[in-house]
Amino acid sequence: MQTVETYNDKVVRQFTIATVVWGVVGMLVGLFIAAQLAWPALNFDIAWLSYGRLRPLHTNAVIFAFGGSGLFATSYYVVQRTSHVRLFSDRLAAFTFWGWQAVIVAAAVTLPMGLTQSHEYAELIWPIDILITLVWVAYAVVFFGTIAKRRVRHIFVANWFFGAYILTIAVLHIFNNLQVPVSWTESYPVYSGAVDAMVQWWYGHNAVGFFLTAGFLGIMYYYVPKQAQRPIYSYRLSVVHFWALISIYMWAGPHHLHYTALPDWAQSLGMVFSLILLAPSWGGMINGMMTLSGAWHKLRTDPILKFMIVSLSFYGMSTFEGPMMSIKTVNALSHYTDWTIGHVHSGALGWVAFITIGAVYSMLPKLFGRERMHSVKAIDAHFWIATIGIVLYITAMWIAGVMQGLMWRATNPDGTLTYTFIESVRQTYPYYVTRFVGGLMFLSGMLIMVWNVWKTCLPARDLPVARIPAPAHA
Amino acid sequence: MNGAWSGYVIVLTAINIIGLIWLLLATASSKPINDKPVGESMGHVWDEDLQELNNPLPRWWLGLFVLTFIFALGYLAIYPGLGNIAGTLGWTSQKQVQSELDASHAKLESLYAGFRGKPLAVLAEDPAAIKVGRNVFANNCAACHGSDARGAKGYPNLVDGDWLYGGDPDTVLASIMNGRHGLMPPMGATLPGEGVDEVANYALSLSGLAHDNRLATAGKSKFETICAACHGVAGTGNQALGAPNLTDDIWLHGDPNLEGIRKKILYGAAGVMPAWGPILGEDRARLAAAWVLSQGKAAAESEHEDDEESDGEHKDKDKDKDKDKDKESHE
Repeated sequence: MQTVETYNDKVVRQFTIATVVWGVVGMLVGLFIAAQLAWPALNFDIAWLSYGRLRPLHTNAVIFAFGGSGLFATSYYVVQRTSHVRLFSDRLAAFTFWGWQAVIVAAAVTLPMGLTQSHEYAELIWPIDILITLVWVAYAVVFFGTIAKRRVRHIFVANWFFGAYILTIAVLHIFNNLQVPVSWTESYPVYSGAVDAMVQWWYGHNAVGFFLTAGFLGIMYYYVPKQAQRPIYSYRLSVVHFWALISIYMWAGPHHLHYTALPDWAQSLGMVFSLILLAPSWGGMINGMMTLSGAWHKLRTDPILKFMIVSLSFYGMSTFEGPMMSIKTVNALSHYTDWTIGHVHSGALGWVAFITIGAVYSMLPKLFGRERMHSVKAIDAHFWIATIGIVLYITAMWIAGVMQGLMWRATNPDGTLTYTFIESVRQTYPYYVTRFVGGLMFLSGMLIMVWNVWKTCLPARDLPVARIPAPAHA
Repeated sequence: MNGAWSGYVIVLTAINIIGLIWLLLATASSKPINDKPVGESMGHVWDEDLQELNNPLPRWWLGLFVLTFIFALGYLAIYPGLGNIAGTLGWTSQKQVQSELDASHAKLESLYAGFRGKPLAVLAEDPAAIKVGRNVFANNCAACHGSDARGAKGYPNLVDGDWLYGGDPDTVLASIMNGRHGLMPPMGATLPGEGVDEVANYALSLSGLAHDNRLATAGKSKFETICAACHGVAGTGNQALGAPNLTDDIWLHGDPNLEGIRKKILYGAAGVMPAWGPILGEDRARLAAAWVLSQGKAAAESEHEDDEESDGEHKDKDKDKDKDKDKESHE
């Protein structure tokens, strides 16, 4: 009996479109709160429009709605094509899509209402946390079930990274959200004081390490060699930097709590492991860059590759900056300033968003049966406007951050502080405006993408059904 | 941290670091790891064309990795990190803070010693003292009272000559050192019917603000039996309790209109000035007090000058005001 087996691309298409839509929404909220910092009257004295409520909406929307949908889309796409089998379960896969969208909508309703657990990046209240857990378990079953029935013996490197991200996020999410509910919307954490802070930043930094790094390295390891049509530079490097990356990231959380009530030994370990993290992070960047190295000429004609090479550059830059900022003496200057915001966005816009955008441009035509995106010129325009936007954004935040750090620590001969806090705020306004302009450019790029995606998808009447090719050496 | 937890931390750290060093040593060779030659494909193919090459680890990257390990081991030897092992420097964050504080205090001792023992009234005239006092105020007090000490709603203006607890130097210093708790209880239940409206109108009338004469007259007796306990029969307040003077048209909590005053009577108001003694110490607190006193004096003088300059104008205005008052009371 020989029935034709096909890939489940429906769920991939759904998540891909969701990625683009939530990207625009999340970045629009980000742009609005950036405007509020420059022009505070924009909160209009309406509670649910205030910065404190919209900021977690922005972070949750860009990380979990935009980034998360991107990871679902790409991991489902990659795990099928590198295992040469259909997804383990279509129904569970559909549940992950609708469940994840329900989580996002619930977040978009509860956060502006002010319902929050008050843990950064883990603000969502406990009923939503339970839904996330269910979706995530289904995700793990679909992903690892697909790996288990693969037709090729070797597990492709991208799948190691996707697998590590899925497993670790499950552990992080569950242990940082252990709360005792007191009503449908309120709960208390089981940890208290410094322990709560440590668990929170163990979670928080590994959300960066596994959600925003390992997951997106998974994207990188499939889409960069595919797009460049080059083999991955070094198998050995991918093995070594994988194990080094996932084991060392686990320790780095305490660098968010330097000079706090956290015990000295924990702060030291956090700093030391953050520094060691430099090499494993760069391992991924080197492997990606060297994979592209035989295809530099393609950069002239393929703006998708531009997105990818620049994302790797920003990845390398922010993973250099991160270890530097984890050094206690540097942290004493940088912590609590806008430098941190700049650092996060060089990673989030430069690395995470760019590699996601590159992957979407790369797979979307295939998913909708088109040869290429509707307009390659529009991709190029998106690339340039977004790149200039990022540069404006992060340089403004660097300057603002260093300036704030220096102003806050300046003292008079009588031992008092030279500047009041509000003076540093006043000095920051021009940089807040610059950051707003940078964000506006980045969002404009996303709008170009929406148009391009629309034009690419719309003519596709009959969605293609991708047949599974036979493995090369079965 | 007890010994077992300390051991757990040490063992976990060691396993991770030693494991990675082993991984690096095991893979550092520039020879191929299987029978495939360097630079060639490993022989795995996915999705028709995905392959990976059998390239060794880049040397400079290995070197970078090893350098970070050397730094890490050195750091953990001299600083606390491995569980309870203190590190050879004996460094702790508490010791660092204490030594920085000690150094700072030693450096500043001569500066503050010069002001010690001088009466506040003298310090308030001493430009050097006022300069330091202004900085102390800006760092600590301005968040609530404003950098010009003119306050905000709920936070007293310190330069208008209207003192809740008294404006003599010792009382001002006591307010800073020990803090203050102001409390106006909610009076809605005590003033049933039109009571709140009546008393509110009477309070407005005390400061010569627009009010309803009938209600104010009715409120007078209620005020004098209930509110007078704190605010005094004449409504001029009581500094022993921190009860504000209601006759000077200076309003701490409420808007100076019927709605604002009604709310305060209905729901009460509370104010907390934290005790700054333990945070600032007496030296700095005295200088902050000196600056506040000097500002109050300066504000009073400039107001006085204004009065003289625009004497005629003011008199006319006052006359108009009086006329208005007469009108109201005749209505």
